[in-house]
Amino acid sequence: MILILKELSEAFGVSGNEGEVREVIIEAVKDHVDEVRVDTLGNLITFKRGTGDSPLKVMLAAHTDEVGLMIVHIEKNGLLRFYKVGGIDDRILPSKVVRIGKDRIPGVIGAKPIHLLKQEERKRVVKVEDMVIDIGVSSQEEAEKLVKRGDYAAFATPFAELGDVVKGKAFDDRAGCAVLVELVKERYPSDLYAVFTVQEEMGARGARVAAYAVAPDVAFALEGTIADDLPKKKDTSPTTQLGAGPAITIMDRSVIADKRLVKLLVETAKEEGIPYQFKQPGVGGTDAGRIHLTREGVPSTVVSVPCRYIHAPACLLSLTDFENTVRLMKGALGKLTREVLS
Amino acid sequence: MEVKPLLKKLCEASGVSGYEAEVRELVMAEFKPYADEMRVDKMGSVIALKRGGPSDDHRPKIMLAGHMDEIGLIVSKIEKGFLHFTSVGGIDPRVLLGQEVVVHGRRSLPGIISSRPPHVLPPEEREKVIGMEKLFMDVGLPEEEVGQWVEVGDLATIRRDLVELQGDRVAGKALDDRAGVATVLVCFHHLASLRHTWDVYGVATVQEEVGLKGAMTSAYGLAPDIGVAIDVTFGDMPGLPDAETLALGKGPAIAFGPNIHPKLYEKLVEVAEAQEIPYQVEPVPGRSGTDAWAMQVTREGIPTALIGIPLRCMHTSVETGSVKDIERAGRLLAGFIAQLDEEFLNSLRGI
Repeated sequence: MILILKELSEAFGVSGNEGEVREVIIEAVKDHVDEVRVDTLGNLITFKRGTGDSPLKVMLAAHTDEVGLMIVHIEKNGLLRFYKVGGIDDRILPSKVVRIGKDRIPGVIGAKPIHLLKQEERKRVVKVEDMVIDIGVSSQEEAEKLVKRGDYAAFATPFAELGDVVKGKAFDDRAGCAVLVELVKERYPSDLYAVFTVQEEMGARGARVAAYAVAPDVAFALEGTIADDLPKKKDTSPTTQLGAGPAITIMDRSVIADKRLVKLLVETAKEEGIPYQFKQPGVGGTDAGRIHLTREGVPSTVVSVPCRYIHAPACLLSLTDFENTVRLMKGALGKLTREVLS
Repeated sequence: MEVKPLLKKLCEASGVSGYEAEVRELVMAEFKPYADEMRVDKMGSVIALKRGGPSDDHRPKIMLAGHMDEIGLIVSKIEKGFLHFTSVGGIDPRVLLGQEVVVHGRRSLPGIISSRPPHVLPPEEREKVIGMEKLFMDVGLPEEEVGQWVEVGDLATIRRDLVELQGDRVAGKALDDRAGVATVLVCFHHLASLRHTWDVYGVATVQEEVGLKGAMTSAYGLAPDIGVAIDVTFGDMPGLPDAETLALGKGPAIAFGPNIHPKLYEKLVEVAEAQEIPYQVEPVPGRSGTDAWAMQVTREGIPTALIGIPLRCMHTSVETGSVKDIERAGRLLAGFIAQLDEEFLNSLRGI
């Protein structure tokens, strides 16, 4: 389980460029599912027949894309200007290492030396338009041999185990992808459509078309979600907490979860003694936001692995949370029948 | 001598000011093949001697100083298993968010400097600089376990493997001033095949980042006839004035100004010209902020020079420099040392 999470975390898949992640997943799931196909946007849609008499069509969605950068301009001196792809706080960018394009050219996002900063400058946030990536060349000509406008760049963060907690990039949503890879190893009463979506960070665009194509009876989005659980002056909600179990969504900015599914998840957790938590209502949005509005509507909810520092170069998650998310989903899928929805 | 792997080893070792033990071991191992004698002084600086010859009588002494300490972080308080910290040396808190660190506790612990996800931040929050007092280091361990491994006063460094950029460019932490230490080693390597009459002391100084302290005491101990500091200097980058920066890859900087003995400056330029070593001139109108500043006023005064390795993004974890500049600086110093004689020494007295 750790191995697939590591492989997925280290693969590159900035929104619009998810191919590498998709290849890793195809390799991992192809022997466990009955059908595999890739749609025109790049969604990977797999199918595994259910054992039930009149099986429900269940869609499980995890997104393959991650936030990152795109090269938009090459300066005469060979330095690269870039934009953000997806929601990144400018403040986490200075003094970081990135890899650019399919050759993974290493580059660094610099920052001015503290010695030469004026007092008022130190109080200002450096905006992304004032940053450059340095790949170690001195001219536009040299740079153009290695990098072109439109190339994607991703953070270069190796995966590592800190203990029960592991570190890596893009746990939003490779954590969900890894959970889904584990889930397809078993057969359930329902027909299972495990869908690895593209462009969630662009507004769940992949999930929208995939859900239309699958036309499921019910859907779960699997996520790596916000854990904002460090000490704070104002004791506001941590959104979710690392180590407190899988997070069940009741409502976020994109969906009001189907109450029957929430009940099924809570009951399963209680019966099987799996710790769980509710995600703070009203925060974030996921593929479920699109899926539940598909065609005539699809009962949907979200189950997430809590992750600290999502949308930053290095995230943390608890392997126990990860395993419990897999257990909870397996349990719930085992119990999911037409009666649950009636 | 392969400089890139040497620099990689040096930069990836930790050695925050006052806690240079790990990098010191490495530095001593690197000096060993070239040194006739080696010792560690009371403050912790490494002093490696390469004797001149052939005369056994009084031989003048030159000291080459590169500082081996680096800026870093120190744990100031532990709250619910998260580590508050402050800096050792000058660090802009704006380069810390989301960085990976190594906390040097009873055991080395990897960790991350906290940042909050954009999803939960009101837009006005994202316009504010987060001060160091509001950041944490998170080692991802349960509270009890953190207490077992970490205590207030433990050091931390940014976790950064040296990044090999295109050509001879590299980026990483602590090039300030492991680049200088590497330069001294390159010089020693060249001296092995050169005749020199002066004794050469290669010194890897400590605590430069907190006030040039290792240079102050080691220069007193050695009382050299000439002192040369090798440190990094500001590389050009967007947003910095040309007048205050130098190009990367166009050779080491030979500094000039009140901190520098004019005859040493002239001699270094002369050697660079004669040996066709590319160099740049760096006017330093006052405090150089380097070991040269401390050496110059040691004891009765020491004729001092300063060689700079141009470096972008100084005091960040992506300090970027050119390996060639280090190689050239080492060669320049060796060429300079080979030309030192009694006559030159005499010329330094009375400017």
